[in-house]
Amino acid sequence: MVPLWWHISLGVVLFVIGAAGVLLRRNILVVLMSLELLLNSVNINFIAFGRYYADFRGQIFAIFVIAITAAEVAVALGILVALVRNKSTLKVDDVSVMKG
Amino acid sequence: MDQGFFLLFATVAVITALIVVLARNPVHSALALMACFLQISAVFVLLEAPLLAVVQIFVYVGAIMVLFLFVIMMIDVREAVLQRFLPGGNLPALALLVLLGAEMLVLVLSSDRFSVTEPAAMAEGDQIRALSTTLFADYLLPFEAASVILLAALVGAIVLARKESG
Repeated sequence: MVPLWWHISLGVVLFVIGAAGVLLRRNILVVLMSLELLLNSVNINFIAFGRYYADFRGQIFAIFVIAITAAEVAVALGILVALVRNKSTLKVDDVSVMKG
Repeated sequence: MDQGFFLLFATVAVITALIVVLARNPVHSALALMACFLQISAVFVLLEAPLLAVVQIFVYVGAIMVLFLFVIMMIDVREAVLQRFLPGGNLPALALLVLLGAEMLVLVLSSDRFSVTEPAAMAEGDQIRALSTTLFADYLLPFEAASVILLAALVGAIVLARKESG
């Protein structure tokens, strides 16, 4: 079998790449996609730990993470469509109305 | 055998994740993200979680990415394509990311708790049955809460995306 730290390292690498997308990209759509990547890298960790310690709760937690992600994406894209209708921009730094 | 497959899937997953972040066109990002999710579901199969692998393909590739592609289709992405990264001041964020990645990798590699190579033996019998018994018996309340959250998100998305009627 594959050692556990290989899975954890894959999760780390994907998490850092996703965080780079969230922090550095300009396009709101790509920022949302990078958020998906972040949540998925966490899921890899949950399932790997669940498998290596023979515990189902890792998989159950991953199922809940996937459900919450689906809800989050639906709401986020709804907000995005409403935003584009009002402001017609896709750049994160143009949406700073609530900035102090 | 397992290690070779894992390395293959992990390499492709990392490459496609980099394409997601680096691609100019959001459609390319979405397609690369789809490929990345498929690799991750293959990793789930290697981890003997077939239910999660199928759920991953159904929910992420089948539902979430189609939602993304629909939104990309609905809104004009051409002007946002011109500039990829936030202008100026990327250095602190990059330093923070390198620090974060290095810290996590050092912590994982220096600890001996992650060096397990042989997973603990799973209980005998039907894994899916045991999993669903745990899910629907011990975790019934969180399950119901998740269903309420999904319903609220459904209603909220419709209300948010609706045209103002006046």
